[in-house]
Amino acid sequence: MTHFVINIKNLTKNYETVAGVVPVLKGIDLSVSSGEFLAIMGASGSGKSTLMNILGCLDTPSGGIYELNGTDIQSLDKNSLASFRNSMIGFIFQGFNLLPRMSIIDNIALPLVYAGIPKEERIERARIMLEKVGLGLYGSYRPNQISGGQQQRVAIARALINRPKLILADEPTGNLDTKTSEEIMTLFSDLNTQEGITIILITHENNIAQYAQSIVHIHDGKIDFREPTNRMEERIK
Amino acid sequence: MIWSMLHEALEAMIANRMRSFLTMLGMMIGVGAVIIMSAIGAGAQEAVKQSIASMGSNLFIVLSGSTTSGGARMGSGATPTLTIGDAEAIAELPSIAEVAPIASGMAQVIYGSNNWSTTIMGSTPNILTVRNWTMESGYSFTDADVRGATRVALIGKTVAENLFGDENPVGKMIRIKQSPYQVVGVLALKGQSLDGRDQDDTIIVPVTTAQHKLFGSQFQGTVRLIMAQAVSADQMNEAENQMTELLRQRHHIRDNKENDFSIRNLAAMAASAADTAKVMSLMLGAIASISLLVGGIGIMNIMLVSVTERTREIGIRVAIGAHERDILLQFLLEALMISIFGSMIGILLGVGGAFIAENFLSMSVIFTSQSILTAFGVAATIGIFFGFYPARKAAKMEPIDALRFQ
Ligand SMILES: Nc1ncnc2c1ncn2[C@@H]1O[C@H](COP(=O)(O)OP(=O)(O)OP(=O)(O)O)[C@@H](O)[C@H]1O
Ligand SMILES: [Mg+2]
Repeated sequence: MTHFVINIKNLTKNYETVAGVVPVLKGIDLSVSSGEFLAIMGASGSGKSTLMNILGCLDTPSGGIYELNGTDIQSLDKNSLASFRNSMIGFIFQGFNLLPRMSIIDNIALPLVYAGIPKEERIERARIMLEKVGLGLYGSYRPNQISGGQQQRVAIARALINRPKLILADEPTGNLDTKTSEEIMTLFSDLNTQEGITIILITHENNIAQYAQSIVHIHDGKIDFREPTNRMEERIK
Repeated sequence: MIWSMLHEALEAMIANRMRSFLTMLGMMIGVGAVIIMSAIGAGAQEAVKQSIASMGSNLFIVLSGSTTSGGARMGSGATPTLTIGDAEAIAELPSIAEVAPIASGMAQVIYGSNNWSTTIMGSTPNILTVRNWTMESGYSFTDADVRGATRVALIGKTVAENLFGDENPVGKMIRIKQSPYQVVGVLALKGQSLDGRDQDDTIIVPVTTAQHKLFGSQFQGTVRLIMAQAVSADQMNEAENQMTELLRQRHHIRDNKENDFSIRNLAAMAASAADTAKVMSLMLGAIASISLLVGGIGIMNIMLVSVTERTREIGIRVAIGAHERDILLQFLLEALMISIFGSMIGILLGVGGAFIAENFLSMSVIFTSQSILTAFGVAATIGIFFGFYPARKAAKMEPIDALRFQ
């Protein structure tokens, strides 16, 4: 039997607005097994980010079941959710979301501060991570002193630092040019193939989605269909 | 953890230098004001205490003329009615320990080429006991001098300095109203009285000398006032009643007539002066505390702005695993740091301000390490108290709302 990292049954999300209750997710069933690389595609407003935020324990569903690594998320309180995010999940956002006042190395080490890891170890691990994303020389820079592609690498290093089981990336290449996007995607697929990290990624671009193993298409709050990609073939081309 | 948070709080403070400084300014002024005000208040209280001690204890002043008619004073001491005989009779009362009659006036005093205008008090040697006055050098005149109305004088420190400078006055001859007097002693330093007069700017001569030789036309055998000292603090009421009865008898005042003298209880006046000084120093403290409170509100205001401005930062921190208490602590530390830095500078300002008040405005100030510690403690408490609400607001944010914030 396959071990699922994510197990979702009939998940719904409604937003309360002045105009009334707006259903955004209308019953999602989704299982993601350990080591999988999944892309989510769909029209703007179809509910991709909403789903991603729930997967990342940043938002709570209105109904249905969400199990992450065997734990029912709805049974956790705010603090347990914070610990869960800290140790299980790495986030990567379209807008990078680095803290502008901190150096690159401190940005990368920040999740370890909240994990209660002593300073020497934090800095040591952050340095290793920085090397891994190819930015070894930039540790003391501030986020506004490096390019967008470099910032996204820093964000990836920060997402990876506490050795998460799951990486969630919401349009990570949305602000980057084609060449830089390809470099970032290569980094993702290496992480997936070499370290077996589970990755879920939202994108609007088909060639980006092709780096994944399969694509889930979302339409109007529901899963339309799920198809495999031919990753190996793409690479040979 | 706490170190990296302190470090971050410091960086946040430095990143917003101007704003942090302005916020701190509130605390600086507040703490500085509390320290200056309490130092001045304590100084004033101490000055009053010293004046009271220098006055002599359990004292009455008996003046010529009636005190009140419907609350208003009727020129006490205007028409002299008291005599040395009255003073001697009062001294016989069981509740009275010592009595000194005083006939006083202003006069020009000359020594060599120096001259000085001062108060001349004609009295008896008892005045030294009554006023708790000691001799710095020389000796007091005696009862024999009083009987003989000799021309001898005791001079106060201020007079001695102005007439003699560094010279030793004892044994020297001075001229008061053209007549020669021998200085037999110099009075020890006494300082200011409750109403701010220099008590050392005076000369004491025998009362008879003053009556007959100095101010003869004015007194004609009477004295301006009589100082009387009760045997103890709890005999004060007794003494006042006995004196009133005695003087009414001696002055032949009928039952339906008002007194032609008045008795003032200096102990009661001293007590009320001490109370006034205490109330004043409390008021100063209260006013200063208000500025401290305003400083605290300034911190709260700026922290609320800061929390709103950094909503996105809070969202990012929470997304990567910050707990509620991490965020709470972070903002609380920032508020605390501003208030503590502010109050440290405020302490320096306060000490400096009090130094200026003491040396350039010649106010008496007293520092207690207690007042400094209290100001510091209160400032830290204010930092926590006014920092808590904004910090809690930050900590309670939902991660998704914080991240979506533009
Ligand atoms: N806080 C909210 N309150 C009300 N409606 C919301 C809220 N957040 C999202 N929605 C609505 O939910 C729908 C889905 O939004 P979502 O951000 O998930 O779309 P998306 O698929 O990620 O789109 P895009 O590709 O443009 O990022 C949208 O119609 C949006 O208006
Ligand atoms: Mg989206």
